[in-house]
Amino acid sequence: MAFGQVLDAGTADRVKASLAGGRDVRGVLFRVVLQLALLFTVVILAALLVQVLTLGWETLATRLGDFLTAESRSRAKEAGVFQGLRGTLWIGVVTTLVAFPLGISAAVYLEEYAPKNRMTRFIELNIRNLAGVPSVVYGILAYTIFVTLLRPVTGGKTALSGALAVAVLVLPVIIITSAEAIRAVPDSLREAGFGVGATRWEVIRSHVLPYAAPGILTGTLLSLGRALGEAAPLILVGAVAGSVGYSGGLLDPGQLREQFTAMPIVIATWSTNARPGFDQITAAAIVVLLVVVLLANATAIVLRNRFEKKR
Amino acid sequence: MALTDHRPLQPPLDVSDLAGNRRRRRREGRIRRFFLAAALSSLVISALIVGSLAIEAGRFLLSVDPAALWTTGWFPREGFFDIKTLLVATLIVTSVAMVVAGPIGFATAVYLSEYAGARTRRILKPVLETLAGVPSVVLGFFALTWISPHIVQGIRPAAPLSNLASAGLGVAVLTIPLVASVSEDAMSSVPRALREASAGLGARRMTTSLRVVFPAAVSGLVAAAILATSRAIGETMVVLIAGGADQAQFTASPFQPSLTMTAAMASLAGGSDAVVGQGNAYQSLFFVGMLLFLITLGLNIVANRIVRRVRQKY
Repeated sequence: MAFGQVLDAGTADRVKASLAGGRDVRGVLFRVVLQLALLFTVVILAALLVQVLTLGWETLATRLGDFLTAESRSRAKEAGVFQGLRGTLWIGVVTTLVAFPLGISAAVYLEEYAPKNRMTRFIELNIRNLAGVPSVVYGILAYTIFVTLLRPVTGGKTALSGALAVAVLVLPVIIITSAEAIRAVPDSLREAGFGVGATRWEVIRSHVLPYAAPGILTGTLLSLGRALGEAAPLILVGAVAGSVGYSGGLLDPGQLREQFTAMPIVIATWSTNARPGFDQITAAAIVVLLVVVLLANATAIVLRNRFEKKR
Repeated sequence: MALTDHRPLQPPLDVSDLAGNRRRRRREGRIRRFFLAAALSSLVISALIVGSLAIEAGRFLLSVDPAALWTTGWFPREGFFDIKTLLVATLIVTSVAMVVAGPIGFATAVYLSEYAGARTRRILKPVLETLAGVPSVVLGFFALTWISPHIVQGIRPAAPLSNLASAGLGVAVLTIPLVASVSEDAMSSVPRALREASAGLGARRMTTSLRVVFPAAVSGLVAAAILATSRAIGETMVVLIAGGADQAQFTASPFQPSLTMTAAMASLAGGSDAVVGQGNAYQSLFFVGMLLFLITLGLNIVANRIVRRVRQKY
């Protein structure tokens, strides 16, 4: 029997038409809707950047040096972000020194040492839940522990208390991302190390950590970006909204034991100041903060992309 | 002959030789305990969070007049602690944020996982990641100076510059990357075979996306929405800057300024007379913190459980 005889003429035509693919109007519409949603995100990001750049341009173009080195003042034309930069710098330093080693160590324990039991599962669950605790709640923790209880160590409402608050805040994220990076290390690498008689720590130091380093670095850099932009816990810890009494230089570690402010606090304070000129200097301060934060993020993204390509 | 010449090892090995040298083992134990301590620090932090919240929150509940918890506004320094003002404002901001961020985040995820080619993804992912990295104070400023006058006052010209809707839209922008990335993970983990089976039956890409991939990934999408809701509830700076933190009268309108739970905490702590000394105003901060902590913790536990179940399924 010839194949063509199986189908009657009408069905054959319909099959042919659908195989040729008539216009799929709904499909095209659906795709356009999806693209519009994406476009929305891109447009918002562009609007944000255009808004802060146009508002902040005059300040940045005419008195960038003065803006970066002056203190916070009540007249917009003379105000600068020096004290905010100093505070943010030291918050970044303490976060790097406290949260990174602690977070990476915890991740090493969970991935390399921890037995698969209920205790380990509880710790992991706890870390995931900690990562979702609102930043303002970490502020309360920091106020109770660092500002009140540990006053002899931190000096109360100081940059050290603020920095420790932020370090505790980003710790769970650092643990989670580092653990993911360590989990991605192939077991064959570890087995090779054990095979030549290395102890667990020797395998970790010589095989696991070097292999996981780019992934860990990516996660920690993203966390650093978050740490530098965080404001809510600093408000609870008692960051100063105006000018700070302390007058040390940018790199003076004495800042840690003194009252402080930070870039996000400066921005939050200025942005609700209705006096003329404050919109402009707020935008300029945002540009400065964005340059710092996005630099950390961009480094992380570039690093990860290069690392993914290599695999 | 050299090949057959195998003399026994001198002295012969026994089991204790295989255990390694004792100093090395002791160092190994110290290192292990160090890493364990680092991992346990997370438990300590959790305990400290609960402890620091619970003690003062308990004192607040014991000392406050219950009638003061249900009045007409949140004025802690005058003894008015109207919880519904904060809860309703939080609900408004979160709803506005999720109504916008939910659909846009899901659509972005569908496009990235089902439509976009490798090159499009390479461009779009960094855009989303950049947006995710923008600090919330920046979004607060943007919400106050751009979203409010251009969008919210465009819809409702009578609205004051600071209002809950602008704050909600600002929070939406912050949560879009979160919704998009968690949902994209969920959709990417749907096995390719399902898509191929659907395509083999003659389904178009849209049908495959909506009828096959979407239902298969639905629990992951729910988890994404819950995580984003929790994040929106806990977001502080956008609401503090753009939501009108100096206005604490009860309102149910998104076009009015009001205080969310987070903004109430920050403005109480950041006020000119700060959180020094005693009194109910100081303790109310911990009470609101406790509420916020419990609500977000509940949402996160549910979302994490769903995410874990999804991972096990595929």
